[in-house]
Order: sequence, then C-alpha cells, then structure tokens
Amino acid sequence: MPSNKSVSDAPITQFVNCRILREHKLQREDLWVREGKILDPEKLFFDEKGSADQRVDCEGLIIAPGFIDVQINGGYGIDFSQATDDVRGGIALVAKKILEHGVTSFLPTLVTSPPDIYHKVCPTSIFLLTHQHLLFLAIVSLTVNVLPEVKVHSGGMEGAGVLGFHLEGPFISLEKKGAHPEQHLRSFLSDGMSDLIETYGTLDNVAMVTLAPELPNSQSVVRELTQRGITVSLGHSVANLSQAEDAVRYGASFITHLFNAMLPFHHRDPGIVGLLTSDQVPQGRTVFYGMIADGIHTNPAALRIAHRAHPTGLVLVTDAIAAMGLPPGRHTLGQQVIEIQGLHAYVAGTKTLCGSIATMDMCVRHFKQASGCRVEEALEAASLHPAQLLGISHAKGILDYGGDADLVLLDDALNVRATYIAGQEVWRKLHHHNC
Amino acid sequence: MKLIILNDYDQVGEWAAKYIRNKILRFNPGPARFFILGLPTGGTPLGCYKKLIEFYRNGEISFKYVKTFNMDEYVGIPRNHPESYHSFMWNNFFKHIDIQSENTHILDGNAANLIEECDSFEQKIKAAGGIDLFVGGIGPDGHIAFNEPGSSLMSRTRVKTLAQDTILANARFFDGDMSKVPTMALTVGVATVMDAREVMILITGAHKAFALYKAIEDGVNHMWTVSAFQQHPQTVFVCDEDATLELRVKTVKYFKGMMHVHNKLVEPLPPK
Repeated sequence: MPSNKSVSDAPITQFVNCRILREHKLQREDLWVREGKILDPEKLFFDEKGSADQRVDCEGLIIAPGFIDVQINGGYGIDFSQATDDVRGGIALVAKKILEHGVTSFLPTLVTSPPDIYHKVCPTSIFLLTHQHLLFLAIVSLTVNVLPEVKVHSGGMEGAGVLGFHLEGPFISLEKKGAHPEQHLRSFLSDGMSDLIETYGTLDNVAMVTLAPELPNSQSVVRELTQRGITVSLGHSVANLSQAEDAVRYGASFITHLFNAMLPFHHRDPGIVGLLTSDQVPQGRTVFYGMIADGIHTNPAALRIAHRAHPTGLVLVTDAIAAMGLPPGRHTLGQQVIEIQGLHAYVAGTKTLCGSIATMDMCVRHFKQASGCRVEEALEAASLHPAQLLGISHAKGILDYGGDADLVLLDDALNVRATYIAGQEVWRKLHHHNC
Repeated sequence: MKLIILNDYDQVGEWAAKYIRNKILRFNPGPARFFILGLPTGGTPLGCYKKLIEFYRNGEISFKYVKTFNMDEYVGIPRNHPESYHSFMWNNFFKHIDIQSENTHILDGNAANLIEECDSFEQKIKAAGGIDLFVGGIGPDGHIAFNEPGSSLMSRTRVKTLAQDTILANARFFDGDMSKVPTMALTVGVATVMDAREVMILITGAHKAFALYKAIEDGVNHMWTVSAFQQHPQTVFVCDEDATLELRVKTVKYFKGMMHVHNKLVEPLPPK
C-alpha cells in the first residue's frame, strides 16, 4: 500500500538497481520520487507507513541530476538570436531535442544582436527611448522581439525547462568580439543600467548577462544586475586581473567560456583567467567558469590546468550553435553565416571559431577523458555546479530530498539512456531494455 | 541453553541468519498468523542482518508476514539522526526487505510521555500475541538491551539512564565524543525478553568474553543481566572463538562436541 495518505496520496516511484550521485559520490541507493520531487524514504516509512506504488528497474545504470546548460545559442537549425516569427517554437524545438543529451534545464543564449531582436517596438515604449532612436523607430514597424516572448518555465514532456535567457553581449569588447557582429557592440554611456534596459527592453526572464568589465561605468551595472538576482558573467573582454577582481567584488560570479575571447594567461597579469586562483574573491563566494569541453575550443592541457587550479568552479557549457545536430555545410548564427567542417564551426571564410556543435553529454564524456577526473566530478560539472552558479542548488543539480526530480540515467561510459523531468520519463534511448 | 561456537564474526552472522530464516519458514506465517521477531541494534547483529537481506534477495524468505519489535531507542535524539536506532534499522535492514512499516515497532525516544510510550509498547507486544523469537546482543558489562548492571531481573519496558561503560562503548558512533552520546534510553526489560517463547543471544569478540563467562558459567545476578536467561527454557547463545576466551575448556569442548547436532537447525529446509 502506498501510504497512510497523511501527507499526500500522489503515487510514489522507486528507482531500484541503480547508483545515484549523492554527496559527491556514486552510491548504491534507491531513489524515491513523488510529485516531481525527490522523496525521503525513511520519513515515508516511519511517518506515513508508506511504500512504493511503482518500481523502475534501472539495471545498474547511474542516476545523476539532469544536466543544466547555461550557454546554448540554438541547435537543429534554430538560432535563438535570429529574427523569426516563431521564437517560442524555435526554443521549444531545441528544448525538446536536448533532452536526448540529458539536459533538463537551460538558458537560451542570445549573442550580440541589434536592439529590435531584444525588444518589441511599440507606441508606449517610445517614451522610454532616447531622441537618437525616435527616427529609427518611426521607420521600423512592429518587428520581432525575443525576450518578452519566452518566459521562465519548467520542463516536461515538451522539453527541457527554460531557466531564463543568457544575454551574451552587446556590452563586450571590440577586440574580443569573436563571432559577434561588430556593428551591434555597445558600451555604457552615462548611466550604465539605462543603456542596458534600453538595449534589452526588459530584464524579466533574464538569468545571466555576459559583459566586459573594463567598459567604463560597468561597476554600477554589475552591482545592479547582481542585486536583481541576475548572474553577471565576464567574457569577450580584455580586462586585466584587477578589473576582473573589481567586477567580482561588485557581484560577478561567472566567466564565459574560459580562455576564449579574453586575454591569454600571462604570468605578470593573468587577466580574467587569474580569477581561478585569485585571493580577492570575497569570503564565501565562488567564481565559476564555463568550459567548452568539445576538444576544439580548449586544448586538453589547458582544460586540465583550469580544472586542477579550481575544480569546484568548473561548469560545462556547450555554447552550441544552430548547426548543432545538423549535417555539415553553411548555416546562420546571429547576423553572420557560419560553416561546419567536421566537429568545427567557423565564421564562413575564416578560421575563427564561432561556437561548438558538441552536445552536453559529449562534453561530459570528453571532460572526464581529458581531465582524468572521477565520474562524479564530470557529472557535477554539468549539474551541481551550474545549479550553484545560478543559486538554485536547493532544487536543481542535486538528488537531495526535496529537490526536483530532474534526472539523467547513464551507463558507465556516460552515454545517456533516459531523461526524466519532475519524475516523468521524457526521453528514452530505444533499442535497449532498461528504464 | 544451546551454546553455538563458530570460528569468527561472519560465521556467527550466517548461522544466526539461517536459524532465523528456518524458524520463520517452519512457522509458515500468513495474513492471519504473523511471526513476531524481537530485534537488536549495534555492531554484533550487522552481519546477521546482511545475511537475512541476502536470503530475501534470493527469494528464500519474505518478511511480509513478520512483525518486529526492537529492543531499545535513545531518548532525545531526532528520529532521523544517523545514530538513532530508527535510522539503524531503516538503513541496515528495513529498506532492503519487504517488511511493511506498520508491522515494525521501535520505541519512540521523543514521545511526549515516555512512561506511556513504554507501557504502550508492552501492550503492543501483548496484542501481537507475544514474541516468538527475541534476538539480542550482550554488552561488555553483561547487559541485555539497556538493562545495565543493577537492573531488576523482573523489569519491564521503561526509561533507563545509561551506564558509563555503555556511553563509552557508544562514543565511537558519535565521533568519539562522549558528550554527544545520549544519556538516557527506552528499553525493554529483562522480563520482557524472558517472556519471549525463544531467545537468541549473539556474542562476538574478545571484549565480550568476560561478560559471556558471567552470563553462563556464574550465577544469575542482576549485575550481569544476561545471566537471567539461564532460567529461560529456550535460549541459544551464538558466539565466536574469541568470545569463549574466559570460559572453561570443559564448557567449550562440551558444546563444540554438539555442533553436528546443532548445525541441523540451520540446514536448508526441504522445499514444500
């Protein structure tokens, strides 16, 4: 019998024959789920006299918290930064497909784009804009908007949950623009925040902003964004270590794709990379850093250096672009055209990388193999650490009692076999007899 | 008394588990007829629990129609404290088998009225029809459950203050810090265990040897409360070689000589 119904009469699922990632170790324990959350079976037994309604035999698989991708620009032909009529549909398509990679939550990422991509132009909002833009607005009719279209929402059968947008640019450095379009880069004029709001239109449903801290007037922006609960990330920047440390003091807590689009490590000024071992990080705070572990964006030796210097801050990101999941050839990213050659994606006609096409589970496998880390560390880099970065690790990225039951089931080679959101199976690899 | 002498800790756990398994299977419990088992906690019975779990996993035994009564529980630590006896039973036994929660009984050390809790426990044992087999261990000071030296041999379930020896022995479960060990516990009485139809005591290790000597070769004495079982018609003591170190050679030879008879009790039962 399920329980004495004293707490809930919702059905209880018990995952058996599995190894779960808990307290940084893989343990042979059953995992109990009720109403989309991880359940404490001891409390269930003694308080509610309860037992499972349904048992799922995992045949020895690993259960890890579902992966969280905090930097993904699109995939399967969808480019989140591109003007389309169906922004919501595009994000939904990618959200559905990435379930196959074990991703249960993500931040759709927008690269540097013209203002009309970010916000809708309409009569009432004209009052908020400056004189320079009025003429522009008169010409531009109702165009597409992206930010107001998609709200933070939980995942499920339809796809991974959206935790909010990651706005990478346009407040970044010209010298380190990478694949971002130069004509849309911006700097903070007098009052940083109002430039920001003017560019983005709204900060609702924004989870992260990447900016270059050496831009004048950035300090107030960093502070204000942090206060609003938005993660500030440093990237596409030529900041030195001191500027980076200042930004961290004001609240910055992430580094966008470490090593890429920033000054290289120098022994007399380590730049942003130096944050990994900086002694200026305020007590109790961690600086996290994104790594694209696709074997292309970072040399394995560099990956190892970063990992060994600061293992608990490493966050795996895909930085996947529209071509992820598509065959080789030409595709569109932001306002530019890119070309796929094998596992490489270049700005068409150049050798500048413009994003990766590796999937999250590929990154987890590659990271483990390149760094030689333990399985638990590889899994945490894609789940616990991004959750900690976003301040949601009480609910996501963990398999603790009371947490959300977003799960990824993997074999020992870390191939995804099944994905669950809120305790419901949302994807399963076919041709295997497992859960 | 049957004294079963085996080579080591693992053999003791295995023999005891087989004995319990056979008892339950012979009893043939069902929805109208539960097998009532009294259970201990601590290091000594762990091996036995592991073996019972193995037998359950092999399909040799089910606990669906078994009711359990634990001997004791600390007063004042949260039920989900890693060292509470609720946690011990859940992690080491209950969560691995098919026992139903409403068929398990462990004293509640956080009850509003501890005396009522103890009396109610005695009532529950009575309502279940009494205990078929009570499994227990022995402390270095010869106590059964928390019936410390000086406990009445006629005692029933009640609140006890723990002896220094016991607190010392338990400190290893509380980071070696004696100040963290609870000082009071609820425990079944000596007479509560004596009421069981059969009693099985497990004793392993040289540090228990003197207590075993006092329990079976010396007189019945409230300073060594396990000695009370000399007056129980059906008691089995299962021990390893180290625990016999303080016994007379004659005693050990006598009981070792009977092992071929006693081992019949743990042979696999013929299939139905």
